[in-house]
Amino acid sequence: MIKFFLMINKQGQTRLSKYYEHVDIHKRTTLEADVIRNCLSRSKDECSFVEYKDFMLVYRQYAALVIVIGVDDDENELAVFELIHNFIEVLDKYFNRVVSCKCDF
Amino acid sequence: MPAPIRLRELIRTIRTARTQAEEREMIQKECAAIRSSFREEDNTYRCRNVAKLLYMHMLGYPAHFGQLECLKLIASQKFTDKRIGYLGAMLLLDERQDVHLLMTNCIKNDLNHSTQYVQGLALCTLGCMGSSEMCRDLAGEVEKLLKTSNSYLRKKAALCAVHVIRKVPELMEMFLPATKNLLSEKNHGVLHTSVVLLTEMCERSPDMLAHFRKLVPQLVRILKNLIMSGYSPEHDVSGISDPFLQVRILRLLRILGRNDDDSSEAMNDILAQVATNTETSKNVGNAILYETVLTIMDIKSESGLRVLAINILGRFLLNNDKNIRYVALTSLLKTVQTDHNAVQRHRSTIVDCLKDLDVSIKRRAMELSFALVNGNNIRGMMKELLYFLDSCDPEFKADCASGVFLAAEKYAPSKRWHIDTIMRVLTTAGSYVRDDAVPNLIQLITNSVEMHSYTVQRLYKALLEDISQQPLVQVASWCIGEYGDLLVSGHCEEEEPIQVSEDEVLDILEGVLVSNLSSSVTRGYSLTAIMKLSTRFSSSVNRIKKVVSIYGSSIDVELQQRAVEYNALFKKYDHMRSALLERMPIMEKSTTNGPTDIVQTNGEAEPSVLENKHITGGHQPASQANDLLDLLGGSNVLPVIQTAASTKPASAGGELLDLLGDLTLSGGPVTVPTAPLSVSQTPFLLDGLGPQPLFNDVTAGIPPMTAYNKNGLKIDFTFERSNTNPNIAVITIHASNSMDAEMTDFVFQAAVPKTFQLQLLSPSSNIVPALNTGTVTQVIKVLNPQKQQLRMRIKLTYMHKGSSIQDLAEVNNFPAQSWQ
Repeated sequence: MIKFFLMINKQGQTRLSKYYEHVDIHKRTTLEADVIRNCLSRSKDECSFVEYKDFMLVYRQYAALVIVIGVDDDENELAVFELIHNFIEVLDKYFNRVVSCKCDF
Repeated sequence: MPAPIRLRELIRTIRTARTQAEEREMIQKECAAIRSSFREEDNTYRCRNVAKLLYMHMLGYPAHFGQLECLKLIASQKFTDKRIGYLGAMLLLDERQDVHLLMTNCIKNDLNHSTQYVQGLALCTLGCMGSSEMCRDLAGEVEKLLKTSNSYLRKKAALCAVHVIRKVPELMEMFLPATKNLLSEKNHGVLHTSVVLLTEMCERSPDMLAHFRKLVPQLVRILKNLIMSGYSPEHDVSGISDPFLQVRILRLLRILGRNDDDSSEAMNDILAQVATNTETSKNVGNAILYETVLTIMDIKSESGLRVLAINILGRFLLNNDKNIRYVALTSLLKTVQTDHNAVQRHRSTIVDCLKDLDVSIKRRAMELSFALVNGNNIRGMMKELLYFLDSCDPEFKADCASGVFLAAEKYAPSKRWHIDTIMRVLTTAGSYVRDDAVPNLIQLITNSVEMHSYTVQRLYKALLEDISQQPLVQVASWCIGEYGDLLVSGHCEEEEPIQVSEDEVLDILEGVLVSNLSSSVTRGYSLTAIMKLSTRFSSSVNRIKKVVSIYGSSIDVELQQRAVEYNALFKKYDHMRSALLERMPIMEKSTTNGPTDIVQTNGEAEPSVLENKHITGGHQPASQANDLLDLLGGSNVLPVIQTAASTKPASAGGELLDLLGDLTLSGGPVTVPTAPLSVSQTPFLLDGLGPQPLFNDVTAGIPPMTAYNKNGLKIDFTFERSNTNPNIAVITIHASNSMDAEMTDFVFQAAVPKTFQLQLLSPSSNIVPALNTGTVTQVIKVLNPQKQQLRMRIKLTYMHKGSSIQDLAEVNNFPAQSWQ
């Protein structure tokens, strides 16, 4: 089951976050900072799956944006990896360039 | 009041902030503006304000004051309002807030709305944050929508149903009829969510699982269509048609086929087809293959298919892509228990992965390597693992060290190799080793008698180089204390002997004592070691006395106590010193680190310390046996410790006293000093309180004998020798009854002359069945350190045909091998 979905930039600023299990709002910022630190400290040759506490983080980097999905044990990691790419392709097709979300309010 | 700024402008403003403080300031200003706008009850801009609030919430700032506004938005008629309102509800509200219940009515109305998009919004929100009360109220509506023909709504309803089932499992039956034709849909969205719903139901209830097994053919057909169908632009991902649905179906097949032969058989073909036809050049294909492999390993598949699966994993291991290698290692770890031999074939690749740069891969490879170690490959594997231990990150070292110890213990080809390996671990990863490694190693060293000089020499050399690793220093100090005489005498068969003088040894031990690097436990070890050397070294007694007396005023209470006691040993009890500080006997290994470690105090595992403390502390060792000795007035009978505990031990001892009153001793000294007796006694007696020690040795050909045969009761003795202590003979008595009535309340007691020690373990039962239909067995352990001829008096009590019968007998016909 997917626990959370994050889009964080390289400076550590959260661009998008969705939690599918309740996490206290104060804990969220620490979680996000920790997660991005974990993911950015890995080199390009290392695999995209990191064990973090009781989640498995599946992350993928696109230019300055890192997308991280936290899953539990019974997910197929390769499939989630593919899901991230699918998501980016959808955004790409819908918004032309994955740079910032266009919201019209 | 000017119109509130748009969300886009807010985002732009926030991004211009350079510091965290600046950002916080901006956000606070905006929050204040939003709050005042809410107070004014402004309908037009409410949705804009809530949108901004949601953005700020995502950045991590509290936004609870917007909850009620979300509800107002949901109640509005405009779609844009509803959209933001529902989003806000999903993000800000959950069952913890009481406010959420107010939404129930709104959701109910919206579930029946004319526009499908509004219905969709309501379904999404319910499926995201619905509490159990809400779910109970609205489950009926969801079920209705599950049966609709509108695929947009149907797929959302399926996911909502998953959430309802998770919250209120009792409602599962309600959705059962709606699932009947879910799988006949063409729309992939509906198919996907239906498979998710079915998976959830099967995981939660075994009845549902049995019910849905009949869907296996249908699922197989859908999967086949997906593979065989041509290009479909709607579902294509890198050349494969809807891989996500394929993965989901494979997972559901796995759940359905587990433990069920028929379903597994129905799936065999399609699994083979997927495994062979999927293109592996892209990650998508590999994801599907991975899921297929997991499914094959989990169901009752035929062996050909399993071999295919392991081969796929082997191919993954050789792939360049890290992700795939990681995934392969993970699944091999899962399968190594069941298909050990198949995984062994890939052992060299796995060992290569130990050298990979990636942390996750290294960890998996390490776990898998430990799982693959067996008697044949232990030497090669250990070399690789030790090399890995040298170079790995600290987070691995503890696990790796424990793994090495376990593997070495199980499969060590020789004692020397075992000791070498442990020494290597201690020197390279010493500080990461777990605490129980030290006593285990000490026990191992004591048990390998022929290796003592080699061991102590190596440890001494290691200590010379480095005294910072505590476990190593502790083991080395203990060994030097025990076997220092071997070290100084310069005899060593295995290795070049080194010339060490007594002073050099004492130098190094004192060095450990004063060093800042030593923990207080280590200091305790080295002080005791120095003390033990006072009997083993002839010329350094004065020096040792001096060292010990210095620590009599140490700040560390532990050290002070030891030093004071040892001082007393020098002064008042010098005559006992040599006996007390004798060589440790071989310790019996217990299967678990159980009560044998009762001997520990203060968290240390050094048996000798306790012994010394016992003796010097009160001169009345507190063990059970000696209490009984006192009870019997210090007679020269060694009472039996009966763990069957049917009668009071004191009275049993009394009876035995009468029993052995005229048993003449054929030899052996009359006065046996109590001190060494208790030294060797305590571990031996405590063994009986713990789990059964292993006496899994060959019987060494000692013939059995009949000890007693009268009135239909026959008692045979069979012998074994305990493999850890050659002085212990293990006798098993077999009592059988040839009469036609059974003997109940059968109690067997035994007593031996003083030079022996006896231990009776619990009998298998108290009833000897009639007509030789069964036997009662009981184990006796006899310690015979002086190799005297074994004699025994036995007393039997039992009830037979209503009358109580007692008998005494003497057993003298022990075969010579049992006591030699």
